Amino acid sequence: MGCIENLNYEKILPLGASFKECREYVEKNFSEFWYVDPGYKLFDEYIIGLPPIALGIDGAKIVFPYTKPCHGTYLLAVEDADEAARVRKTARKKK
Amino acid sequence: MTDITEKPIPASALLVLGCPEVPVQQALALHIAYNLRKQGTAVHAAGNPAVLNLLKVSDPEKHYLPTLQVLEKCIEEIVEKKRDCELCIVFAHSDAGISYAATMRHLLPSSRLVVIVFGKDPGPLVALIDFPCEKIVEKAVHNPMQLKKKINEVFEWAA
Repeated sequence: MGCIENLNYEKILPLGASFKECREYVEKNFSEFWYVDPGYKLFDEYIIGLPPIALGIDGAKIVFPYTKPCHGTYLLAVEDADEAARVRKTARKKK
Repeated sequence: MTDITEKPIPASALLVLGCPEVPVQQALALHIAYNLRKQGTAVHAAGNPAVLNLLKVSDPEKHYLPTLQVLEKCIEEIVEKKRDCELCIVFAHSDAGISYAATMRHLLPSSRLVVIVFGKDPGPLVALIDFPCEKIVEKAVHNPMQLKKKINEVFEWAA
């Protein structure tokens, strides 16, 4: 288990965004997006949320929702070519 | 004659707690843990460090909640099949709480899932639940009594 704060991330949507808003944002704003289920491991963290969870990819940048119990969900972007390649191999295209 | 509507007593239960900013949560977590343990169910609770500290202070000898765990670690163990439960109760007073409940539904498909939706305005949160579970819903922030009554009814505990 890692810590999200150790990642060099960019906030795409601020804390307090709803899970649905995060999914819709990814689907509307990224030409490449993938779906995973809760419990999918990304950057050594288990992603939680309402399935299907949408992950956006722009080159080596992965955009994904992250939920903190006190604040709700926010959408983060992290640049990592290896992890982007892994998502392309292990995630699915269909909801 | 056996009552076929009677629900079996679960061997194990997991309480998933949200952020402790709504006071009724901690009181009801202890109430639920007390009643579950009284009927013979092993109880484990998971939450963020703040809520776990509140519970540790309230239950120093661990009479009600013998085992507590940080939520992320608990999810990790469930994903890795190191932890399971027959009953999962999720407290939800925010969008985050519903996300945790949805996650538990996905990760524990055969467990009985009960989602307690509470806080100042539980209505919009209930509308987000589109997965199979039992819901206990009540507007409750400081006063746990109505919610306690509903919980007792669902679990068939004496008042």
